[in-house]
Amino acid sequence: MSAQAQAAPQAAHPQDELLRTDRIPHIWCSGCGIGIAFGSLMAAIAKCDTPRDDISVVSGIGCTGRLAGYIHLDSFHTTHGRAIPFATGLHLTRPQNKVIVASGDGDLLAIGGNHFIHAARRNVDLTVICVNNFNYGMTGGQLAPSTPFGAKTTTTPMGSPDEPFNFCALAAACGATYVARWTALHIRRLTTAISEAMNKKGFSFVEVIAPCPTAFGRRNKIRRSLDLLRFYYERSVVKNHLAPGEATIDFDNKLVVGKFVDIERPTYLDQYDMVNRGELEAWPATGVDASAAGQRKAG
Amino acid sequence: MKFWREPLDVGDIKVTKGKVTVVEERCKGCEFCISYCSRGVLAMSQTFNRKGYHFPEVVAPKLCVNCHFCEVICPEFAIFSQEEDQ
Repeated sequence: MSAQAQAAPQAAHPQDELLRTDRIPHIWCSGCGIGIAFGSLMAAIAKCDTPRDDISVVSGIGCTGRLAGYIHLDSFHTTHGRAIPFATGLHLTRPQNKVIVASGDGDLLAIGGNHFIHAARRNVDLTVICVNNFNYGMTGGQLAPSTPFGAKTTTTPMGSPDEPFNFCALAAACGATYVARWTALHIRRLTTAISEAMNKKGFSFVEVIAPCPTAFGRRNKIRRSLDLLRFYYERSVVKNHLAPGEATIDFDNKLVVGKFVDIERPTYLDQYDMVNRGELEAWPATGVDASAAGQRKAG
Repeated sequence: MKFWREPLDVGDIKVTKGKVTVVEERCKGCEFCISYCSRGVLAMSQTFNRKGYHFPEVVAPKLCVNCHFCEVICPEFAIFSQEEDQ
């Protein structure tokens, strides 16, 4: 009797219902920040009212790209950089779906950079979560568009000569309706940000600054994941509603985190429906005065 | 906890109590839960799991207040806490 009581199955992890538990433990290294971002995403999905059948997760190639394979929802692991085009198609065929794109910095903003800016410009109703670990972790730590100036990677052993992208400023400049950045240690705020982004109509972007001890930390003399996590957190300054252009990732002075943009804009589907219903007004809205044409003197 | 004066409703406040469970086989020994546990409930084990990592052990179960921070910070989904009746 007592032996049976001892052998009673251990309680399951509360997030197991959203995990493909047969694939766990996952491939991410010890102390990788993607797991924390993934946990936040699952917590946000668990809080969401949408039926599970109407949530889908799309990811590209890379460490973060593996995320789609671990979540127990409709998910798709696309080719390199093409997570957003696939998600756009999915959204247009199933407009009731909440489509979440979760991928890495190299996938979303290097090879998929053009798709990213145009999806933000058209304001396609997607939730994009970018896990930024400052390098291409899966292939061995090469230079990525997010690598800080001067940081060492496999392909820049003497330090990166390039200025990195500011993803939040880029997304905001392209017309995203929701832009936020948090480090992997701001877990509760990150979960709130992902929840808000999922409920936001339009292109919403959440950047997660995550430690990569194996590829990035090791070459920059911060070998322990715990130190890297703390390093990002200690240098972060929370500044909500700051102009995204000023939200720099500066490791010496201030690594600005917070919610930068939260606006309303008609989405791609709204405008496309308007065109199809023939409700679009003539362009330009002010009309053209033909008699005045050519009257303006040159010079 | 030390207060500069005794809170007026100190008798009414109920501190929740938690029970931490570690899924040893999933752990990869990153120590996040041990360092960020505000109550010092966890410590690194001396033994290994099947993959050769040390995993956290509950050394002070009475101190846990069920804040769930170990649960949300664990990148491996290997630790969680549940509320326990007082």
